[in-house]
Amino acid sequence: MNWFTQVFAIAAFNLRSLPQRKGAALSAAVGIAGVAAVLVGVLAIAQGFRHAMTKSGSPDTAIVLRSGADSEMTSNLSRDDARLISDAPGVARGSSGPLSSAELFVIIDLPKRSTGTSANVPLRGVGAAAFDVRGDITMVQGRRFELGKNEVIVGAGAARAFSGLDAGQSIKIGVNTWNIVGTFTAGGGLAESEIWTDAAVLQPAYHRPEGYQSVYAKLTSADTYDSFKDALTTNPQLKVKVSRLSDHYAEQSTLTSGFITTIGVFIASMMALGALFGALNTMYSAVSTRTNEIATLRALGFGSGPVVISVLTESLALALVGGLLGAGLAYLAFDGYQAATMNFQTFSQVTFAFSVTAPLVLTAVIGASILGIIGGLLPAIRAARLPIASALRESA
Amino acid sequence: MKYLGLIWSNLKRKKLRTALTVLSIFVALLLFGFLFAIKEAFTAGVRIADADRLIVRHKVSLIQTLPVSYEQRLANVPGVAAVTHMTWFGGIYQEPKNFFANMPAQPEKIFDLYPEYTLPPEATALWAKTKNGAVIGRTLADRFQWKVGDRVPLTSPIWGEPEGATAWEFEICGIFDTIKKGADTSMFYFRYDYFDEARPRGKGEVGWYTVRVQNANEAAAVAAKIDEEFANSPFETKAEPEGAFAAGFAQQVGDIGSIMIAVTSAVFFTILLVAGNTMSQSVRERTEELGVLKAVGFPNGLILVLVLAESCVIAMLGGFLGLGLAWALLQAGNPVPALLPVLYVPNQALITGAVLVLLLGIVAGAMPAITAMRLRTAEALRRNG
Repeated sequence: MNWFTQVFAIAAFNLRSLPQRKGAALSAAVGIAGVAAVLVGVLAIAQGFRHAMTKSGSPDTAIVLRSGADSEMTSNLSRDDARLISDAPGVARGSSGPLSSAELFVIIDLPKRSTGTSANVPLRGVGAAAFDVRGDITMVQGRRFELGKNEVIVGAGAARAFSGLDAGQSIKIGVNTWNIVGTFTAGGGLAESEIWTDAAVLQPAYHRPEGYQSVYAKLTSADTYDSFKDALTTNPQLKVKVSRLSDHYAEQSTLTSGFITTIGVFIASMMALGALFGALNTMYSAVSTRTNEIATLRALGFGSGPVVISVLTESLALALVGGLLGAGLAYLAFDGYQAATMNFQTFSQVTFAFSVTAPLVLTAVIGASILGIIGGLLPAIRAARLPIASALRESA
Repeated sequence: MKYLGLIWSNLKRKKLRTALTVLSIFVALLLFGFLFAIKEAFTAGVRIADADRLIVRHKVSLIQTLPVSYEQRLANVPGVAAVTHMTWFGGIYQEPKNFFANMPAQPEKIFDLYPEYTLPPEATALWAKTKNGAVIGRTLADRFQWKVGDRVPLTSPIWGEPEGATAWEFEICGIFDTIKKGADTSMFYFRYDYFDEARPRGKGEVGWYTVRVQNANEAAAVAAKIDEEFANSPFETKAEPEGAFAAGFAQQVGDIGSIMIAVTSAVFFTILLVAGNTMSQSVRERTEELGVLKAVGFPNGLILVLVLAESCVIAMLGGFLGLGLAWALLQAGNPVPALLPVLYVPNQALITGAVLVLLLGIVAGAMPAITAMRLRTAEALRRNG
């Protein structure tokens, strides 16, 4: 018999005898399924959050903040600053002037639908050109707010996560009442977590008649970004920080997604250790209950290589079953789950959907396989090294 | 006691399996310890909140400021014993990732409102003399190795820098500790009078007020009276007990927090299930031996105790080591001071963990042991594995 036939013969023989060792095999597979499920689940949260945060940032859009500001929340720009920025070279122009929007970003307290407790919902005052600057805002219900009126439109995510934000309702902020005239989507991006209104109406309501926090600008092309940035940063009248919107969003998500990923990877690696010990135990006992069989095979002339590979095959098979099972469960439980959490950098709520992507599932299955191989390797080597004569004498 | 030898030899029989089982229980309880520490970090604010303290903030949201003139008006509200205010400064030390809470406060009042923090008297005196002085909490001092006399530059995108300066420069006047377990000591307080004089914009605005009521039972009534006092003014307030304020803040993290906790609990129980199964397995394999013990006259009860002792030793060895390591690691240093400034394994978690470990040992050992005892001796002897 050649080497490959030997490998196949023993591996098939092992796998067929698995049902006899149901308990141990099952516990190894369950342990590994747990690892895969946790890994997929936690990474899906981080992935979903990052997706919502970075989705809407296109490279030909720039955001200008005051220099030193780490988010819109801590930035502030005067009306003159905003005008200088809009007139800078590189800003695209539409029929009614430059495609730039000076914006005011505040938060208001609204109750969460799920718990009834209040949360910081972002309220953004935008300029008339904001819709063209963003490019991905689609009204799904109602209409846009009219300039100069106390009207707001609500992102689909915010409408889902917080009470009292359906079109037709109104919200009271301080002494002012705002009518909700529509709901919009933004391609799953960050704006969907926000409420929008006319900046000119929001300014007096927030006692900031002259102030903005950021200016969003559509550039004529992604390549003009550098000249736009240079023009602003070298202008002695301005103290500003210019970023591409995509980079800005990525930066804004680092703290929270980093936190989720760190804790998640930590939990998953703990789980992996636990599962590894379980898998090792299972495979060692599988080898030790079959001491006789293995010795018999060796006595019949089977090489030690095929024995090692057969044990590895068995543990890899268990790991794969566990990994797929766990990843599948996590997919069913988590994919598309709607959640909202605090983004610490902007001190406001972000609504997003968990997203279990193919690479995540692949990562989990590969992780499970690695566990399976490590869990099988040592026991396999022990099996191959069994002294034949004494092992044959031993009663299992 | 004479059976210790027997238990010991059983444990040693399959050293590798025993070791692996101990290790997986160890990992599970290590995780359990960390999980509770994180949970505590989110809820400690609620637990340690003082029942007689209220937080008064702008009704619309915490980021809106209130006028400093409210201090006197608040003090005049019936039932109010003391008032102070703070303001979110948002100061950045070198770069944003060095985040810590820094706020202007009133030196003569703050430690009166927060008696759980203790500042040495010489520090109080020095702070009163030093205009740009600051006092910092112990964990913050440890984190950046700051000591009295050090100068710390902060930049504040929210408020801007003092006229002609590129940063606010503060001088550390003292380090405060806490006498209350779980209280956060990662704050940086500096003088409000200096802040208000030097800030280029927003003069006369403060972030929120802390109010002590005369009688904790009337806290809710006083809070309602405060909101009434400022109703229909341009700066309406929301006054709530400190605990409710902290709970609301923790709630903001929302679903993610609870999902993390659910996932970790699932992990914990999966590992225990796998470990428990292995322990049971190793008893089941010895049914024959238990038969022999019965045949030579061991009473059923004694056999049960022997088996349980063995499984409990495994569970406790792994479990206590895991809990102990989690405790010791967090005691030695906080790996994420910027995100979770208060991180420790609470005593309650240590007790719960220990109980779970014992339960694991008992359940994992008892099930197969009872099955084995129910078998007639002859049958047990015939059984193989």
